Amino acid sequence: MIPRSLVIAVAAMLVVVVAMGTYVRRMRRQAGTLQSAADLQPVAPPPSGPTETVTLYIADDAAGTLRAQSAQIPLPGGRQQRAEELLRALLRIYQQPDAGHPLAPAADIRSIYLVAPGAAVIDLNTAFADQHRSGVLDEQLTVNSLVETLAVNVPGVTRVRILVEGNERETLAGHADLTDFFDASTIAQATH
Amino acid sequence: MRVLAALSRPALVFLLALTLLSAATSADEKRVSVYSSVATYALPVIDRAGHEYVGLLELLEPLGRVSAEKSGSRWKLRYNAIDSEFVPGRARARIGGRDYDLPLPFLFDNSRGLVPVSSLSTLLPRFLGAPVNFRESARRLFIGDVAIQSSILLDPGAPPRLVLNFTAPVNPTISTEPGKLRMLFRRDPVVPPGGQSISFDNKVITQVGYSESNGAAELDVSANAALMATFSNGGRTITVAAVQPSAAVGTAPSPPTFPGGPVPQNPTGPPPAGQITAASSGDTSHRVLAVVDPAHGGDERGSALTATLAEKDVTLGFARLLRHELEQRGFSVVLLRDADLNLTLDQRAGAANAARAGIYISLHAASQGTGARVYTALLPVEGRSNGTFHAWNGAQARALPVSRTVAAAVVSEMQKRQLPARGSSASLRPLNNVLMPALAVELAPGPNGISDLPSANYQQQAAAAIADAVAPFRDRMGVQP
Ligand SMILES: [Zn+2]
Repeated sequence: MIPRSLVIAVAAMLVVVVAMGTYVRRMRRQAGTLQSAADLQPVAPPPSGPTETVTLYIADDAAGTLRAQSAQIPLPGGRQQRAEELLRALLRIYQQPDAGHPLAPAADIRSIYLVAPGAAVIDLNTAFADQHRSGVLDEQLTVNSLVETLAVNVPGVTRVRILVEGNERETLAGHADLTDFFDASTIAQATH
Repeated sequence: MRVLAALSRPALVFLLALTLLSAATSADEKRVSVYSSVATYALPVIDRAGHEYVGLLELLEPLGRVSAEKSGSRWKLRYNAIDSEFVPGRARARIGGRDYDLPLPFLFDNSRGLVPVSSLSTLLPRFLGAPVNFRESARRLFIGDVAIQSSILLDPGAPPRLVLNFTAPVNPTISTEPGKLRMLFRRDPVVPPGGQSISFDNKVITQVGYSESNGAAELDVSANAALMATFSNGGRTITVAAVQPSAAVGTAPSPPTFPGGPVPQNPTGPPPAGQITAASSGDTSHRVLAVVDPAHGGDERGSALTATLAEKDVTLGFARLLRHELEQRGFSVVLLRDADLNLTLDQRAGAANAARAGIYISLHAASQGTGARVYTALLPVEGRSNGTFHAWNGAQARALPVSRTVAAAVVSEMQKRQLPARGSSASLRPLNNVLMPALAVELAPGPNGISDLPSANYQQQAAAAIADAVAPFRDRMGVQP
């Protein structure tokens, strides 16, 4: 007799494998070949230690633009882990009480997938999108900030796709279209 | 446009679409006419081995988001969220996970996927998720509840008059020959008025006959005198009356007016000799069509500007004021919704493209910031690729330089009026899906805060600035290729 807990564990793993397989197939279709399946494994943030200086592009509602700001993120880390640290550092700024472009306290980056060639996929959690303020400018500034910060700090990223909880979503909060890849250079032109 | 402005009922919001034809095909070419609430258009019929075929991508294109690619031996087409697969030479298709038999094999010809005309009533409901009414012998395809009914009354006065009332404005081509007046409805979803033929016990006007073929319907009035037709009631009534011989058939007027809607007559050539058309009000010389799109609507409320104020209501009021301002400056204007309706982004783009509008202006409102923001499309990566991807998402690419110039003019016109404004790019559908110069204006609070947003005075100031800025570009807003 197989223990019930083992059955549940195996079933859960199967679900994860199938879900991951579906996801990989979709990304392969959309963005070419994945670097490796290992890159998709989420990695826990490293403990505090040495840091690296990066440039964050922070949205400013009053000005309606992005401004560059230096920040420290933990070092070392894999390429993907570094990208996640980068955007989480950005998120923390937006979640401060006096933020110039507030995002919900529950908003989070679930993970970032770096897929070849030159494509990055940011997976936001549901709260990030559901609690985002609705408006063309508001939403576009968030998109621009995420894309620009990623593209400037992670070499090779030229286009970025945003998913919500692993799924395609029409818009961030009613306006910014999330159904396609964003071209980093187009966004850079639009924001400078 | 006065006519259209007066018809502000939900059922007629898509009056525009009912009366539009996206592709001008010549009169004798075999064609299929498609009537839907989103667009009305005609497609050429392609004869292959004695059978009639039509391009499936071209057929679905005005109705929604569609892409197609050839992958090995298969031709894959995606319409909105429905995937389908066809294999050239095979009379079987897979649509939305189910197999369907075709009456004739699918063909792949000149990079186009062709399906038999006789398969349309089977295939289309699978893609559209709704039944269609295909009058196959006449090749007239009705999608949704778009049919225009008519009633016909004879007034036996002197001279006798035949009064034809339609449930929506119509725009037939009218021609005369001795003893007959023909009304050819190429782009109106007119259906038979009861029987195929109605006879009258009258010495002058004797009969009305209905027929339909090759994507068009025709009403023929037979009489023992010369006849003349006039339009009234916003294009919904046609009165046919006997006239004095000397006044019978005038020379064909230069481009006839379009009584029911905003679009000029088929631009492919002069009207046939002997055509009589009613003159409707207003000058008809080169009116450019502006499509104004009040964003959101129905259960899609847009941003909650305050606890009680929804963005969808502000955009509608703003759009009506902008319509007035643009009309004052010589534009024909159509609002994509003139009521609290939910339209998809694809429907909005489809309607603007089918209308071949000179400019598309989308209106939004936001509670953050002050003044107004003017956006042009930020094209996604795919929109700029070529190959098999159908560039629905990059349709704006060619018009973008003009869009940006117009947007800059709007910003500067607003600033002149002390309305803080700035321009930028946004990934805001359907800006990227429309073919003509396109911009979006997001109205933000004024000096009195959010209470300015629903204020007609405040909206008026912005609307006048937009109209002033757009007007000088009229000459560069021709009919789209
Ligand atoms: Zn909006």
